[in-house]
Amino acid sequence: MTDTIEQQPRTDEAWRSFGGSRWREHIDVPDFIRHNFTPYLGDSSFLLPATDRTLRVWSTVSALFPAERERGILDVDAVTPSTITSHQPGYIDRDAEVIVGLQTDAPLRRAIMPYGGLRMVEDSLQAYGRELDPSVRRIFSTYRKTHNDGVFDAYTPQIRAARKAAIITGLPDGYGRGRIIGDYRRVPLYGVARLIGEREQIKAALDERRSTADVIRDREELSEQIRALRELAEMAASYGFDVMRPAATAREAVQWLYLAYLAATKEQNGAAMSLGRTSTFLDIYLQRDLDAGVIDESEAQELVDQLVVKLRIIRFLRTPQYDALFSGDPTWVTESIGGIGADGRPLVTRSSFRFLQTLYNLGPAPEPNLTVLWSPELPAGFKEFAAQVSLDTSSIQYESDELLRSRYGDDAAIACCVSAAPVGEAMQYFGARVNLAKALLYAINGGRDEISGAQIATAARPVTGEVLRYDDVLDRLGTMMDWLARTYVDALNVIHYMHDKYAYERLEMALHHYPVHRTMACGIAGLSVTADSLSAIKHAKVRPVRDDRGLVVDYVTEGDFPTFGNDDDRVDDIAVHLVQTFMAKVRAQHTYRGAEPTQSVLTITSNVVYGKNTGNTPDGRRAGEPFAPGANPMNGRDHHGMLTAALSVAKLPYDDARDGISLTSSITPAGLGRTRSEQIANLAGVLDSYMDVGGFHLNVNVLNRETLLDAMEHPDKYPSLTVRVSGYAVNFVRLTREQQLDVVNRTFHAGL
Amino acid sequence: MGLDVAPATATAGATCSGAVHSWDLSTGVDGPGTRLVLFLAGCPLRCLYCQNPDTWSERDGARTTVPEVMQKVQRYRRILDRTGGGLTVSGGEPLLQPKFTAAVFKACQEDGVSTVLDTSGALGARATDDLLLDTDLVLLDIKSFVPATYAQVTGGGDVAPTLRFARRLAGLERRIWIRFVLVPGLNDAPGNLAPLADFVAGLGTVERVDVLPFHTLAIPKYQELGLTFPLTGHPTPTPEQTAAARHHFATRGLTVT
Repeated sequence: MTDTIEQQPRTDEAWRSFGGSRWREHIDVPDFIRHNFTPYLGDSSFLLPATDRTLRVWSTVSALFPAERERGILDVDAVTPSTITSHQPGYIDRDAEVIVGLQTDAPLRRAIMPYGGLRMVEDSLQAYGRELDPSVRRIFSTYRKTHNDGVFDAYTPQIRAARKAAIITGLPDGYGRGRIIGDYRRVPLYGVARLIGEREQIKAALDERRSTADVIRDREELSEQIRALRELAEMAASYGFDVMRPAATAREAVQWLYLAYLAATKEQNGAAMSLGRTSTFLDIYLQRDLDAGVIDESEAQELVDQLVVKLRIIRFLRTPQYDALFSGDPTWVTESIGGIGADGRPLVTRSSFRFLQTLYNLGPAPEPNLTVLWSPELPAGFKEFAAQVSLDTSSIQYESDELLRSRYGDDAAIACCVSAAPVGEAMQYFGARVNLAKALLYAINGGRDEISGAQIATAARPVTGEVLRYDDVLDRLGTMMDWLARTYVDALNVIHYMHDKYAYERLEMALHHYPVHRTMACGIAGLSVTADSLSAIKHAKVRPVRDDRGLVVDYVTEGDFPTFGNDDDRVDDIAVHLVQTFMAKVRAQHTYRGAEPTQSVLTITSNVVYGKNTGNTPDGRRAGEPFAPGANPMNGRDHHGMLTAALSVAKLPYDDARDGISLTSSITPAGLGRTRSEQIANLAGVLDSYMDVGGFHLNVNVLNRETLLDAMEHPDKYPSLTVRVSGYAVNFVRLTREQQLDVVNRTFHAGL
Repeated sequence: MGLDVAPATATAGATCSGAVHSWDLSTGVDGPGTRLVLFLAGCPLRCLYCQNPDTWSERDGARTTVPEVMQKVQRYRRILDRTGGGLTVSGGEPLLQPKFTAAVFKACQEDGVSTVLDTSGALGARATDDLLLDTDLVLLDIKSFVPATYAQVTGGGDVAPTLRFARRLAGLERRIWIRFVLVPGLNDAPGNLAPLADFVAGLGTVERVDVLPFHTLAIPKYQELGLTFPLTGHPTPTPEQTAAARHHFATRGLTVT
């Protein structure tokens, strides 16, 4: 290594008072954390409000939000394809910014990233009344091929048909795949020089290997990674920081970590650009400076607040259609907080609290996507604070630390919403999802699309007879899943081959172990509607209705049937079977670069669009009506309370859905108890119970007054908003205006 | 309807059965913690603000045996224990089926499961001492204090049995949470609230008083049943009216939520 001699005094200074040894010799952040973090078992009383400087920065940038909301984007640089070093430094309010760095040269000014696909860039610009610089267009259409071009060169007619029919959806074939988390903590801990040295060593070790395609690709990727690390140092230098050396103070640690993340967002417009698991790592630096009297609590909070301000204004240029699909302008800057260490000590530190505190200091916000890794074993003070923040802001999601730790160790983080991986050890090939309900309809119709009538899947004999038979339909569905899994994974193999080739995540991959573990993250949408449909076929009498094309387009169902979401094994077992069966079909496929196949049960908000593209289903759902999101029960079909619904979802086997199982629940504060302290304790109890029975993820939506008032004005945005009062639930948007007002008043005044 | 459980094998307790309308896992609203709530079918009262008109008739329930109930309790046992919850029997009116309620509570006590009885007290005389001694907490809904108002609110009910029941509970040292559903212009007069608060404060075993502003959320339910919600168009309490009602109880040293 070239840097060894001059590096030594620098690490002595940067690593002063740190313990442990393995992490000094090897790149091993979790080992560093284990030896140096200070668990915090107390309550939230030490937390402080935002400093004046933070409030100044936040109000300056917040003032730009209304114009951005109105116009869709505030501004875009349509001339400069974004790279790590493409833009001059940018600031919000230089004197008040403690942590600096922007994606371009001005806040909320978006960048173009044509490597994923030129069309996405052009469509996005056009939608916002802007035009792509002609020379950029010429370069990326004449001289430089994009990921998107590559994919369509290699797609088969079968894949194209399945894609067009919306049975395979949301594929990252025209945009950045995302969901890769660089271990950004390595930059402050080791400095870029050391990381470059490590990459050079790894690359040198490949010199002895024969130059097969795999080895050549690895050598080229490692070279790109080294180049990206150098660019990171160059970009940091433009802000006045020498990140070649390790961070020596808390402020540097936060700044170095953010610059590493920022570099990733300058070169990748990934669907989800998650941060990882940084709060307890950063706490080590904050605590060291606090102990030395260099900073006080207010300054510690300021560093966290200002980092979060920056994370809140990460922006990508996307089409309005994309935003409509996923509601808003999401970036999924997910930060995983809490959890328990392998040695049994909670990984909760004061900074775990400080990150949550940003929701008070800066107000509630969807980004960064603060994710608490929940375990019944978490310290009571932290549980209580997280539950309290949920009640106040609805801005936290929860994932089971018990499931994560036993599968991935104690340094796993969530990418996007529910995709877990050990930080820096594994990456995923994001694969969106297939429409399972449509697959069922294809099974009934012999592979023809129930709307267009076109033959999409391999032709099979359609069902005959007046009544659907469960065994027969299930058998046909199995065959249809074979076709679907094959076509789907084929598409993903093409996509990720091309993404690696034309839009490689150089910086993010430089912050991973070599060789990296890869997963092929498949997914299913429409689980509950499919399970309910099969339940209807099994437990009631379902007659298919055929049109003049001989196509089954509707169903007449006689009799009752159990529905998913009521802790009723008669139907929950069907849902479990669907998850297991499709996973088995996916596992049978060959995957690009030997990626380990996984799947998710997750839709975010795209369940609405999937429903729109799907005909009538045997459960009584009408054509075009939305599916339930993720693994949720169909709206209005769970009759025994929020926790009972969650128990159904908890039965879905995590090991057959390792990319995550998502559940979103809405509750009112009054539905959790009469007093605030009761509500907090009861919400923590609900989380304990759900995780205890093997539940994986819970998006807790504690309805606040603003949500309900907004739902009154825009009922179309809240079709499934449910208000639960003792004993039963009502659909909020179907209430009269007076009743809605009553709920608003009751929920937010009555109990206090 | 009912518990959606497979029929349990016949045992001694199986001879006793009740009409169960539905069940729920609820948190924080039907007693402490997360609770399995059984809604029994049938109620002698016809309260103007009733939110469960679908539970008025015993015919609205499914015959359910005690072992079937306990099977359900066991299924959720870990959750009930972990959250400091248990079983709540509500309705309808649980004391319309006192033997069944008593048998369920006895089985719960034998298994160490906390029991809550949610009742109007109108049929309190039907509850044996054994049943009440198996009850850890009573949610006692006193709909009014002045007899004439009580009759008006409940569709002809008599307040005296409820007050007798309350005194009996206090005598047996049973923990009580009082519930009072506030309907402005009907039962919110100081002349009604002040003596009620005096009475409640005098019982000595009341841990808290829930003043619940009446709501109209059950209107869709009434419509489904082809019924008219009696308080359609009646104004719901303002925050000030609710606060005033709470004040009556709070000034007497009671914990009000």
